[in-house]
Amino acid sequence: MTALLDLLGAALLAAGSAFLMFGALGLLRMPDIYNRLQAGTKATTLGTLLVLAGAACLRPEWWPKLLLIGLFLLFTNPLSSQVLARAAHRTGAPRSPLTRIDQLEERGGGGS
Amino acid sequence: MVEGLLYLTAALGATAFLLALGRFIRGPSAADRVAAFDVLTIISITGIVLAALAEGRGIYLDVALVYALLSFLGVITVAHYLERSV
Amino acid sequence: MSALLPAMGLLLSAAMLVAALMAVRGRRSLPISILAAGLVSLLASVQFLLLAAPDVAMTEAAIGSGLTTFLFFFILARVRHD
Repeated sequence: MTALLDLLGAALLAAGSAFLMFGALGLLRMPDIYNRLQAGTKATTLGTLLVLAGAACLRPEWWPKLLLIGLFLLFTNPLSSQVLARAAHRTGAPRSPLTRIDQLEERGGGGS
Repeated sequence: MVEGLLYLTAALGATAFLLALGRFIRGPSAADRVAAFDVLTIISITGIVLAALAEGRGIYLDVALVYALLSFLGVITVAHYLERSV
Repeated sequence: MSALLPAMGLLLSAAMLVAALMAVRGRRSLPISILAAGLVSLLASVQFLLLAAPDVAMTEAAIGSGLTTFLFFFILARVRHD
């Protein structure tokens, strides 16, 4: 039973690390800042949550701290990404030429 | 099997670290570098969890919690500065 | 798992050198230099953790990477504003 849990935890760790790697690859390869933020935030949030779940499988007595870190990341990571994207939009960061729709611009620059 | 998967995890994490560091070096604007900084902090959290597993000390996870708090505050600060400096 | 932590330390040392070089020669842009200095601090904190000093690592992360970056950007915004 505990060997099975160890194997599950190690597999979750490897999967989360693979998601981190793909997120960082997207961060390096995407054409403009908005695409980079999307790749860098979504994939790395999922990867970190998988890594924390894997650590909780390997060491079940650590679950309260791991749950706290996971919840904190889940709440703050999209928020910081959104704030950074809005700041980039207001400072007029260049868009990729493939992007054709900008609804924030059409609605007048996002309020306030 | 478990040992091999843990080494695979470390190798993938190191690759992710190098890729995000490449974006931090190359990034044309400051906002790109802030995004890369955020990703580097998150990858460091993974590294801290791996170090805690390797050493078997649960106290290391407190540092990971401080890191999560700190990446949020840093990004908010820099975004505020970028918005004001238009 | 014994070779894992020294390898992490070597990788972090190389990255710290690159970030410190960027902080010194930061393309004549002050925000980029401040961000690179914050990255040096962040990686130094991970190094302290790998040397089995979690309390020092926590202090370094909170003060070196958090408070110093916040203070630099706050003062920079005030200076530009006037």
